Amino acid sequence: MTPHRPEAGGLTPLLEAQGLNLRFGAIPALIDVAIDITAGEVVAIVGESGSGKTTLLRVLSGMMAPDAGTVQWLGQDVLAMGEAARRRLMRTEWGFVHQNPRDGLRLAVSAGGNVGERLMAVGARHYGSIREQALSWLAKVEIDASRIDDLPRTFSGGMQQRLQIARTLVTHPKLVFMDEPTGGLDVSVQARLLDLIRSLSRELGLSVLIVTHDIAAARLLADRILVMRRGRVVEQGLTDRVLDDPQHPYTQLLVSSVLAA
Amino acid sequence: MNSATTMDSPRASGTIDSPRASGAIDSPRASGAIDGYNFAYLDEATKRMIRRALLKAVAIPGHQIPFGAREMPLPYGWGTGGIQVTASILGPTDTLKVIDQGADDTTNAISIRRFFTRVAGVATTEHTADATVVQTRHRIPERTLREDQIIVYQVPQPEPLFRLEPRRTETKRLHALADYGLMHVRLYEDIARLGHIAKAYDYPVMVNGRYLMSPSPIPAFDNPKMHRMPALQLFGAGREKRIYAIPPYTDVRSLDFEDHPFRPIRAPHVCALCGSGDTYLDEVITDDAGGRLFVCSDTDFCAERQADTAKEAAE
Ligand SMILES: Nc1ncnc2c1ncn2[C@@H]1O[C@H](COP(=O)(O)OP(=O)(O)OP(=O)(O)O)[C@@H](O)[C@H]1O
Ligand SMILES: [Mg+2]
Ligand SMILES: [Zn+2]
Repeated sequence: MTPHRPEAGGLTPLLEAQGLNLRFGAIPALIDVAIDITAGEVVAIVGESGSGKTTLLRVLSGMMAPDAGTVQWLGQDVLAMGEAARRRLMRTEWGFVHQNPRDGLRLAVSAGGNVGERLMAVGARHYGSIREQALSWLAKVEIDASRIDDLPRTFSGGMQQRLQIARTLVTHPKLVFMDEPTGGLDVSVQARLLDLIRSLSRELGLSVLIVTHDIAAARLLADRILVMRRGRVVEQGLTDRVLDDPQHPYTQLLVSSVLAA
Repeated sequence: MNSATTMDSPRASGTIDSPRASGAIDSPRASGAIDGYNFAYLDEATKRMIRRALLKAVAIPGHQIPFGAREMPLPYGWGTGGIQVTASILGPTDTLKVIDQGADDTTNAISIRRFFTRVAGVATTEHTADATVVQTRHRIPERTLREDQIIVYQVPQPEPLFRLEPRRTETKRLHALADYGLMHVRLYEDIARLGHIAKAYDYPVMVNGRYLMSPSPIPAFDNPKMHRMPALQLFGAGREKRIYAIPPYTDVRSLDFEDHPFRPIRAPHVCALCGSGDTYLDEVITDDAGGRLFVCSDTDFCAERQADTAKEAAE
């Protein structure tokens, strides 16, 4: 199990954040966090519950403003961007896959409509071609073509999550934020979904920033790992290095608890 | 902008925001107006507030402007938004036509017409050609409206995204960002399920290439009449407290897909009374045995055509 791409050092990052700090009242959710991700790279953010993983994704994707720090997308200041520009980014060059498919899908809209929405939002006005692309994406995420007009609420949890991925990737974003995309699914379903994410990210040269507290998932998918604890990044590096030779005691604990399990 | 020409034209500016309208109190009442009311029922301050909203609405075609809707002596379902707009633009020399479902003689049309006769003493007509102001629910007259006319629509729900996104704050944001993918998703769903776009009334339009707008519950058949219409189009929603407008000669496009273009649908029949093959038809049940015929919904247009045909026959 080796990272599937050479280390991306030297390339200019797509997304780069520095000095991120954010408190919720007395709770420091982010403390001096720095992170970057280059084209085609898969970066996993791991850490226990409440360590600030979701908060970090929300800040990086401009959904939430930090108290201090900078976030740059291809050299543009994400935090200074107007809402219109940010929304445009969110439906073109970025994608967001939520832990709960209900937050990422329109449950009252058919599977095809869910996949087609981003296309229509960026101006697609040919029904036949929208439908064709929806079908091709359903195939990519292994949803039978016959389900295209069904509502997502008739889908299993794993299918809903695959639909959410299809809906997000249809406009070929450069970077996808994923917040525990396999959370709440059966173990066997999780494994299939992780395989799918891995093959799609390779095939499309996607950058993926994925939050997980599943070390095995991080090993399977990620080129690099960031370990968070209580709002801080306590360790980061190439996946194999971090998992095989953890430096921080907390990482050592994480890795050993997985081995023990 | 197009709107400027209309707003500057003597009639329109006179009725929208000039001393003439606000001075209407002093002007001799046309006969028939009852005492105890200000001209056209609303007080002058309210009219000015509504006219300001109208001017804003004309300046941003298709954009909904909030206004402080007043209680009217008619229930909301009776088109109080349209009535307030009409009351704010009427002058003593105007001639008002009121239609409901295309007809001048329905209860709703009659009571609104009677209301304005009583409170403004203005002349009324059933002839589209003779009206300076047309207040309508559910139809646009078949006869092409002119530059010197204004059409006022009664609107129950001004928000075209209402069914898709019930939160007002969110729909406001979607309009601000011109983020209308959701409306297309709705149309996509229709085609996927039914093979065609099912919306037959209140079919959403893009105004001036910028704002998504509800045309009020007129049949989709009437949508093309809104496109580059010479008359000023004003929309009033009383319960929802919104006003919007389309200035003369503004582009109004019905949403569609390239491979499923918008089609103004009508019943595939000719009018049983005037023989028209290109007007919007109502289906009328003629007897208990299920007999039915199709007749023009625009009663004025139909009567004129019948008269023309009779005249030609006589000549
Ligand atoms: N909107 C909020 N208001 C107040 N506190 C918050 C808010 N969002 C997060 N927090 C707090 O900030 C800290 C980080 O939360 P966050 O959701 O980022 O953790 P997480 O790493 O994603 O956890 P989990 O694995 O459980 O999803 C927690 O202590 C949480 O209670
Ligand atoms: Mg979380
Ligand atoms: Zn007829």
